[in-house]
Amino acid sequence: MPEFLDHVGASLTRGGRLSSLFGVPTSEGGALQLVAVLAFDASNTLAVGRSQPFQGAFPALTLHHPQAHLFEREIWEQHGAVPQGHPWLKPVRRDHGAGPAVGGFFRVDGREVHEVAVGPVHAGIIEPGHFRFQCAGEEVLHLEIALGYQHRGVEEALPGGPHRASVHQIETVAGDTTIAHATAYAGVLEALAGTEAPFRAQWLRAIALELERLANHTGDLGALAGDVAFLPTASACGKIRGTSSTSRRCFVATGSDAAWSGRAAAPGNSNLHAWPGYAPDSTPPCVTSNRQPRGSGMPRPSGHGSRTPVESTPPRPAKSGWSARPPGRAAWCGTCGLTTPTGWYRFAQVPVSVWPDGDVFARARVRWLEIQRAGEFLRELFDTAPDGPLQLPLPPPTPNTLAVALVEGWRGEVCHVALTDARGRLERYKLTDPSFHNWTGLALALRGQAISDFPLCNKSFNLSYCGFDL
Amino acid sequence: MFLRDTLLNRLRRGCQTLAYPHGPAPVLPDRHGGALKLEAAKCPPDCTACVAICPTEAITRQPHKPTALDLGRCIFCAECVRICPAGAITQTGNHRMAVRRREDLVLGAQGQEQVRLAGALDDRLRSLFGRSLRLRQVSAGGCNACEADTNVLSTIGWDLGRFGIQFVASPRHADGLLITGPVSKNMELALEKTYAAVPDPKLVIAVGACAIAGGPFQGNPPIRNGAGDCVPVDLYIPGCPPHPLTILDGLLRLLSPEGIPADL
Repeated sequence: MPEFLDHVGASLTRGGRLSSLFGVPTSEGGALQLVAVLAFDASNTLAVGRSQPFQGAFPALTLHHPQAHLFEREIWEQHGAVPQGHPWLKPVRRDHGAGPAVGGFFRVDGREVHEVAVGPVHAGIIEPGHFRFQCAGEEVLHLEIALGYQHRGVEEALPGGPHRASVHQIETVAGDTTIAHATAYAGVLEALAGTEAPFRAQWLRAIALELERLANHTGDLGALAGDVAFLPTASACGKIRGTSSTSRRCFVATGSDAAWSGRAAAPGNSNLHAWPGYAPDSTPPCVTSNRQPRGSGMPRPSGHGSRTPVESTPPRPAKSGWSARPPGRAAWCGTCGLTTPTGWYRFAQVPVSVWPDGDVFARARVRWLEIQRAGEFLRELFDTAPDGPLQLPLPPPTPNTLAVALVEGWRGEVCHVALTDARGRLERYKLTDPSFHNWTGLALALRGQAISDFPLCNKSFNLSYCGFDL
Repeated sequence: MFLRDTLLNRLRRGCQTLAYPHGPAPVLPDRHGGALKLEAAKCPPDCTACVAICPTEAITRQPHKPTALDLGRCIFCAECVRICPAGAITQTGNHRMAVRRREDLVLGAQGQEQVRLAGALDDRLRSLFGRSLRLRQVSAGGCNACEADTNVLSTIGWDLGRFGIQFVASPRHADGLLITGPVSKNMELALEKTYAAVPDPKLVIAVGACAIAGGPFQGNPPIRNGAGDCVPVDLYIPGCPPHPLTILDGLLRLLSPEGIPADL
């Protein structure tokens, strides 16, 4: 166990990014193993580590590596293993009978200080969450965000599967990120099966993923324009969003049928046969390995000559995607589509959009750049349609195997990790939506700002509540 | 120059609100398929192909009874349509599927091959809400897809305001709730409080498969199986998510017997 933590800590120190960290219960009398997925963007590598089984407590990584803070809280909540020394150990989404956000908020005291509580029900058509502001007048000294209201038990429902409903649950992990999550899920299943989707399916998945990015960025730019009272853009973007939304979920609805074009899924025992092939990630996983009994990293190059485009030290705590930014420096775009490309992105990449600042305007600007680049990329894609089948049979998952899939969704890196048991069924399935990394980023971005700017700042991130709550 | 460009651009685009309901309804995307229709009389004896493939257990077949399809549980993946050897389940291409009673979503019995569409509110409620209906939306475990497709109604393309319908920020300003999501247990209390804060008489509208019956998550321990487990529901709008047209049709159906406000 100490060996594992030392290894992970050292990897983070030399610039690793914690894509995921979670517990896997073992059959041996309540013992727990930890699994870490580390991304090294500068060298285009991923590493997966697994600890020895242990019981009880472990020294918190958070003390030296704040990007682990929420993961360790989650491990404590899900498995009871205490990260010793964690400075802010409280539940991530659990209900203690009176609602997930009752009690235990960080408070600032002082005669001029007042506290503002917002939510879970917000003033608009938006998901629920609770925001607790500590303010001196207009200025926000501290914001704490308490989520968990959307918890539907996605991860808990997957072990023993894939089940009939699994693919549909994955598609609705976050209904605005359907393509990215479904692509990651397909990537994991294909990796477990040791196969790859046909090129035509991979190509379609890339198109769907970029359309999802376009639809969401466009809608959010409209929402930002509305919040700064610039109605022409708000109206125009709302109109475009309403007629071009693309994720299958969102899109069934609003109109385009791009998301429904073709079925690339695979028959077989998995649920993929139920899946319109628009999205499945093809490329296997960035990493597949036989499960290692010892906790050592297993780096494997996964890039194909692509480079990390910007020098980027992930901020602390780590953020993901375009909203991640080293404080005061760059709006830093998520790069896992470039540094660890899978599927069609091995053959063609989208340049990463950056803007030399980290405020609301920078986030809006980066999204505008991403819209343009996604559009250009789509035009390229339309000219390069590969022939061949759209679907192939999907072999059963390999027993005792671990698979990882990373997909650059419109908010940032979507990370899925699956472990199979001796019969080839899913034993543990861990989803990490980019929102899991970034909610803390929103809280920190508000410090020193006026509370009246919160709605605007919140929209510039537009993080997922259900993607976090699972 | 920027201001001039903005104004010119706006002028060039003209009115972008759809003609419906005076003009034709927008066409559903090819692969949407619309509401399903079940002609159980066509089912081969002992065939349960659709029952076995349905991801949300929306289809059941009891011995000696006709096959039953619950559009409330259905997420419209249309696997059943593809697998049915007899063509008993078909897509109608019709966006209309909102109903007033839960049982009206169950297809299969003789004479109930399709949904029994919602009727209007009674005269008293229509006189109250017919020209002005204010709704408070509550997402209780919704994945943001139903929310997005509800939000779309407020854009210039749909312009929900022209029907006198508006989403408001406070339940105390509202005539009813529009609920999405299966109702996660963590949201149950907030939903109950929001419901209590809406003055009587009030409406509850359940939008999407989750809000009607739990959707893909039905049976998961952290959720209730739909809004009906917590509050009385007056209108069910199926879909995963429902097309904005389906939602709009449901809302208008409440307000007038023809589905189109008379004075519009």
